[in-house]
Amino acid sequence: MDEPLLRTLTPSVIGILVRRGADFTSAEDAVQDALVEAMRVWTDAMPRDPKGWLVTVAWRKFLDAVRADTARRQREERVEATPSPGVGEDAVGDDTLQLYFLCAHPSLTPASAVALTLRAVGGLTTRQIAQAYLVPEATMAQRISRAKRTVSGVRFNQPGDVTTVLRVLYLVFNEGYGGDIDLAAEAIRLTRQLAALIDEPEVAGLLALMLLHHARRPSRTGPGGRLLPLAEQDRSLWDTSLIAEGVTILQAALARDRLGEYQAQAAIAALHADAPSTAETDWAQIVEWYDELLRLTGSPVVRLNRAVALGEAEGPQAGLAALADVDPGLPRYVAAAAYLHERVGSPSDLERAAALYAEASRATTSLPERDHLTREAARVRQRLRS
Amino acid sequence: MAKYLILKHYRGGPTPTVAYPPMDQWAPDEVVAHIQYMRDFATRLEASGEFVDEQALSPEGTFVRYDGEGRPPVTDGPFAETKDLIAGWMVIDVESYERALAVAGELSAAPGPGGTPIYEWLEVRPFYGVSPTIIE
Repeated sequence: MDEPLLRTLTPSVIGILVRRGADFTSAEDAVQDALVEAMRVWTDAMPRDPKGWLVTVAWRKFLDAVRADTARRQREERVEATPSPGVGEDAVGDDTLQLYFLCAHPSLTPASAVALTLRAVGGLTTRQIAQAYLVPEATMAQRISRAKRTVSGVRFNQPGDVTTVLRVLYLVFNEGYGGDIDLAAEAIRLTRQLAALIDEPEVAGLLALMLLHHARRPSRTGPGGRLLPLAEQDRSLWDTSLIAEGVTILQAALARDRLGEYQAQAAIAALHADAPSTAETDWAQIVEWYDELLRLTGSPVVRLNRAVALGEAEGPQAGLAALADVDPGLPRYVAAAAYLHERVGSPSDLERAAALYAEASRATTSLPERDHLTREAARVRQRLRS
Repeated sequence: MAKYLILKHYRGGPTPTVAYPPMDQWAPDEVVAHIQYMRDFATRLEASGEFVDEQALSPEGTFVRYDGEGRPPVTDGPFAETKDLIAGWMVIDVESYERALAVAGELSAAPGPGGTPIYEWLEVRPFYGVSPTIIE
């Protein structure tokens, strides 16, 4: 059984049902039922025309659901009158793009938009999404049906905002692994598909950013999943073909001269990916990209990252000076301060660094990060004793 | 979304806001109403897509520890006078810390004797997320 193929077909099959007159909510339910059935009956052999099979089964499921609901009698008459394989069913690209917009509609909370996108565009089952986000299947099912109710009044063919779509895909990417599903890889697949549907430099920018981060994923963790800082990562583990692809996509996007935050972030990731070591990294240029990013977003997190990069480019004192302009309440502020103090290296700075690493370890909400920061505090204290 | 543990204590925590006897001294209807409130609450959270898990614990607990290679574990207790005792928990997955507090506040309104809320103190603890976002 070819599950990836099934998932790729999902949005176009939903689109066909909607074109035949089904509303989005019922169409999406019917296609989900068809997917679950496909997973059950395709175990031995694939049908010759998988998409045709899915359309037929999903349409039958839709009609069954309509018939079962007597209150919908009138609509049943209307949809049954709709010609089956009709004109315009080839407009698959448009349908899929509309689905992206609908599932990332601004009226949805980020968590709802993520769940709906993974199901309707990504073709994942509710069970798979629930496992990925470590919640019971019933809870995820409710989250998805609430999301569908929220967008039920939105017309399917309304033009949408691609920036909300990108934010949703970026959220999925950052979730990383969960259950059997590699959400980062799934986010890349969905962004790749989106990039083929819409000609936008920021879509390409996000795709490049994901590829450049994903290429370096194998080196980010050591034995037992322990987090490795950039300086300790084994760069021979980086996926050079993914890096090359990311850089090519980024360069083409930058050449369009419509800079956006994802392109700027990808440019920073590309500079890291291009360097043989942290010492040989072009930190001055990274600081310049952070300046661009700050102009584009005004984000306090960017200001914090810029201070750390400045610490590499011009020395830890410069970094600490830049940190003075950053909101100390930000997550990772304390860890960044600890790192810069350690780089200064005087006994009093080392004392300060150890205390700050320990403080940061107590404040973080990530388990690997807590463990990493605790080790850093222990390491600096050992250095002080020797 | 972030996961939070809402902890219900038998003992421990801030001074109770209203004085009420232990549950075994309530009228049977009051016990039923209290439990029904908790059950309905979980159902509502499931409908809002925020429910993860709930468990109740028996008050009987034993301390256990390793006692060296080849030796059976050592047990101690139960301690009748332990300061803090956990009665059970609920795990929720919500959009924000504020929402976690709102959920716990609502749970704390469970009815006690006479059908009025017991204003029970509940402890809210964030989970560590499993996936760190990228740092460089």
